[in-house]
Amino acid sequence: MTDQALQVSGLRKTFKGFTLNDVSFSLPKGYVMGLVGPNGAGKTTIIKLIMNLIAPEAGEIKILGLDNRKQGVEARARIGFVYDVMPFYADVSLRDTKRAIAPFYPKWNDALFQELASSFDLPLEKKVKRLSQGMRTKFALALALSHDAELLVLDEPTTGLDPVFRRELLHGLSGLLQDEGKSVLFSTHITSDLERVADYVTFIRNGSILLTETREVLREVWGVVRGEEASVAILDSKLWRGFRRYPHGMDILTSDASAARRALGDGVVVERASFEDIVVLLDGGEVHHA
Amino acid sequence: MRILISNSSPDPIYEQIVRQIKAQIISGELPEGAPLPSIRKLAHELQISVITTKRAYEELDKEGLLDMVGGKGTFVASQNQEFMREKRMKLVEAKLSEALDDARMLGVSYEELGEMLRLLWENES
Repeated sequence: MTDQALQVSGLRKTFKGFTLNDVSFSLPKGYVMGLVGPNGAGKTTIIKLIMNLIAPEAGEIKILGLDNRKQGVEARARIGFVYDVMPFYADVSLRDTKRAIAPFYPKWNDALFQELASSFDLPLEKKVKRLSQGMRTKFALALALSHDAELLVLDEPTTGLDPVFRRELLHGLSGLLQDEGKSVLFSTHITSDLERVADYVTFIRNGSILLTETREVLREVWGVVRGEEASVAILDSKLWRGFRRYPHGMDILTSDASAARRALGDGVVVERASFEDIVVLLDGGEVHHA
Repeated sequence: MRILISNSSPDPIYEQIVRQIKAQIISGELPEGAPLPSIRKLAHELQISVITTKRAYEELDKEGLLDMVGGKGTFVASQNQEFMREKRMKLVEAKLSEALDDARMLGVSYEELGEMLRLLWENES
């Protein structure tokens, strides 16, 4: 037994012009992790590696304690997966699509599927091509949830959804986690998605993990220092996690907002760091000093 | 149970939860033995992290205000009556001293304030 839903360690994968380098993070059971980064950062590559759709050059992935390559079949049966573009046949109804998919899963729960379909208002008689992007995502989610998956992996589930639908989907996702045995990993480039559901946030850029931390710590402990360069740049470099200069001043991302407040006193502003602030300001981990 | 989370408040979210639940226990709105939503349900309803609600409940548990019964749920702990009375008296005291500060700032005399209190007392009863 393990209390980790997902353990990724030392992953490496090289493509032409892109390297995923030494990627490690872990997600405890019963929690939601958001994988966030700009387009092209490597989010989908990581998810493909987790699903064993491509092979890594180095590193290892454990899903609920199972090696995703050596025990791949067993591991994948316990994952529910939602791609950004689902490979459904356009001319087949939802009901028939479901009929074709269900037999692949030993633990398929049709009653649960019916329940989800009605709570998501899925038109089961309609053909896949008649669905909106949002409906398609909900359909994929209902399928992923109906085989009693313990780990849900969602690649950009909110892309192409309008804000109302997006919020509904994320809220629904956190509602599904009332069962502590379930965990979720989802990738996104929309930072506001994280504010609603993520317990853990992993930031990725250019194929490297910049940071993996709880939302609680990022919200309550981290901060952004804003002010004139002369008055903010004196902050102890150990507290810096990134910065950006502007014509009239400077923003510093700090991993300890209260220490920064004590050290700098009045005359500078120390605010809570939004996820957007973190994405924009966070550097590669090395300390830059002005 | 009513909980309002302010995202613009400088106070940490877990503290906002702790404060509001505590106030509702002290006021009697949440009586002894009342069940609280599970950590996961509360996190879902408030759209905050499970880690945050867990921290809030643990804090209240540590202060003896909640009983976290493994496998069964979380309940308002049975309170020592004297302890509760003391807490409520402290609340009254705090509100009075707040009123006192305002009165001083406005230059209200002790006599005027006493008169005000007497009138309020008589109006209420």
